[in-house]
Amino acid sequence: MAVIRDVMPAFDLLQPDTAADAQKLLEQNGEDAWVMAGGLDSMDWLKDRIKKPKVLVDLSGVEELKGIRATGDGVEIGAMTTLTEIANHPAIQKDYSVLSQAVALVASPQIRNQGTLGGNVSQDARCWYYRDGWPCYRAGGNICYADTPVGRNREHAIFGANRCVAVHPSDSAPALIALDAKFVIRTSQGERMVDAEDYFVGPEMDITRLNILKPGDLLTTIRIPVTWAGAKFYFEKVRDRNVWDFPLMNVASAIKVSGGTIRDIRIAVNAVAPRPMRLKAVEDATRGKAANADTGEMAGKLAVQGAVPLQYNGYKIPLMRNLVKRAIVSGQEAA
Amino acid sequence: MKLFTWATSPWGQSVPIHIAWGLVWVAAIAGLFFMIVHSLYLIVVKPPKRFANRKAEASAAAIPERVPRHTLTARLFHWIMAASMITLLITAFLPKLGIQFNWVLWHWIAGLVLTASVLFHIVHASFFLDFWSIWPDMTDLRDAMNRTRRFFGKDAPLPSRFAKYPLENKLYHGVVMLAGLAVIATGLFMMKRVQTGILVRNPYLFSDMTWGLMYVLHGLAGVGFVALTLMHVYMGVRPEKFPITKSMIFGWMSRDFYLEEHDTTRWAVKGTGSKAKQGYAASDGD
Repeated sequence: MAVIRDVMPAFDLLQPDTAADAQKLLEQNGEDAWVMAGGLDSMDWLKDRIKKPKVLVDLSGVEELKGIRATGDGVEIGAMTTLTEIANHPAIQKDYSVLSQAVALVASPQIRNQGTLGGNVSQDARCWYYRDGWPCYRAGGNICYADTPVGRNREHAIFGANRCVAVHPSDSAPALIALDAKFVIRTSQGERMVDAEDYFVGPEMDITRLNILKPGDLLTTIRIPVTWAGAKFYFEKVRDRNVWDFPLMNVASAIKVSGGTIRDIRIAVNAVAPRPMRLKAVEDATRGKAANADTGEMAGKLAVQGAVPLQYNGYKIPLMRNLVKRAIVSGQEAA
Repeated sequence: MKLFTWATSPWGQSVPIHIAWGLVWVAAIAGLFFMIVHSLYLIVVKPPKRFANRKAEASAAAIPERVPRHTLTARLFHWIMAASMITLLITAFLPKLGIQFNWVLWHWIAGLVLTASVLFHIVHASFFLDFWSIWPDMTDLRDAMNRTRRFFGKDAPLPSRFAKYPLENKLYHGVVMLAGLAVIATGLFMMKRVQTGILVRNPYLFSDMTWGLMYVLHGLAGVGFVALTLMHVYMGVRPEKFPITKSMIFGWMSRDFYLEEHDTTRWAVKGTGSKAKQGYAASDGD
């Protein structure tokens, strides 16, 4: 892993008070600007002196980006809301518990106190070859060090690899996809809203980014519609160290069950591909079926179709099969 | 502007990783510059099309109205190669210009199509066509020298009419062949660096420096093709060259154009069989 060198490269620190100012500063500085939310991902990059932005836009003073508000159609979470606040918020716990469960499993309490929802969904890949500053595809080079006959790729992708095999590390992302959340982005052209699953991009589209944010764009809010409020939720995260780690894999599902039958379902997994994966085939195949072990078995097998393991991550296939199965079977309790 | 982008390998070695993408614009501007200069030259200078008299005039009556120039096989090769080349250029450079799509898959598939078509062409041209018709000969060089001398106002004999291909075509073919072989050879090795489902990925096949140089050569030949393609399309749509372009579509050129531009002794239209009587004649047709 990278050696922390403690002294960050020099940059201009800009601390706007409003989202409008923040977006303007990002627009003015373009590729030279670095957006800092909670700072947990940023500090790694900066102290390792791998990313050397000329300008750092610190969002911590933008109050309008913080907090959880009820709206006529669900809730709205500011991008700068801390993970702890979301995990402990009564409305989230009551109606959207898949999200509170997911963010409660992010890293450690200290990190959750500082980390934000916007930062969690927008964080960079954790592939150590990339994080160590090696000139890999994601860093603008022409090689993937992880996908070689001797590369260490136990944590890497089994789906969607395209030159780069890094996975998306967010725990909150699959929960937000399961909840059909919308991401609100402020750009120079105005505000735009995208579905949670469309916020993320794979290397086939842009190998140097994990999301659709372009220089000058600012993620301001995440809106969760009331559609899935109170559904049967399931979230499970598998990691090497249960006290503090990135996911080896996680799964999030929202299921509406009636009379033991799955009426509607949204399910997503992460850390299996360079972007969180919504399992539409599983959703289509299980809708109208009984929420039981047989359906779960079928869903698990369907979920891993097309998986291509690397040298050291073959275990992810049975892991994913079982996580998806458990997510489906979880609907059984509500029947 | 830097020509190449460099990076530091994990072993501390400074290695090139690819060309500077600004070279795409340099190539595009070079191609456009060629078009403008060539057009202005033809408009302003109006060079007379003058050839030496034929040593032995062919009987026009013996030449069919439609002179066969390219066989169906040769034309199919040309257009398949053109389609793959356009696909390769689009998939290579649009993402560099900010238009994002899943380009790698289409790029290597188009690359394999190009490779297959070029391999076919090598065999076809070597054993089934007049292999030497596309290579400059002594007459081409002597005529080029004479044309150059005349351009600068010196005394020189009039050049003879062209063989099957004008010298410019032959030189263009030579440059395209070199650039094509460069992108194909490097591209085939580069397939070991990406997931294709065909080859086992192994980026350690060569040293970082060798790979870097390979990427640079691939990139240079690639941007070269931007300029070469612009020039080729421009020449293909010029009115005075259009009969040649048409022949790559329909396979034949008119008797008048043939007699006007081509030396019947250097490119003889053979055969007077039944097809010739109907307006066609046999030719090497490559």
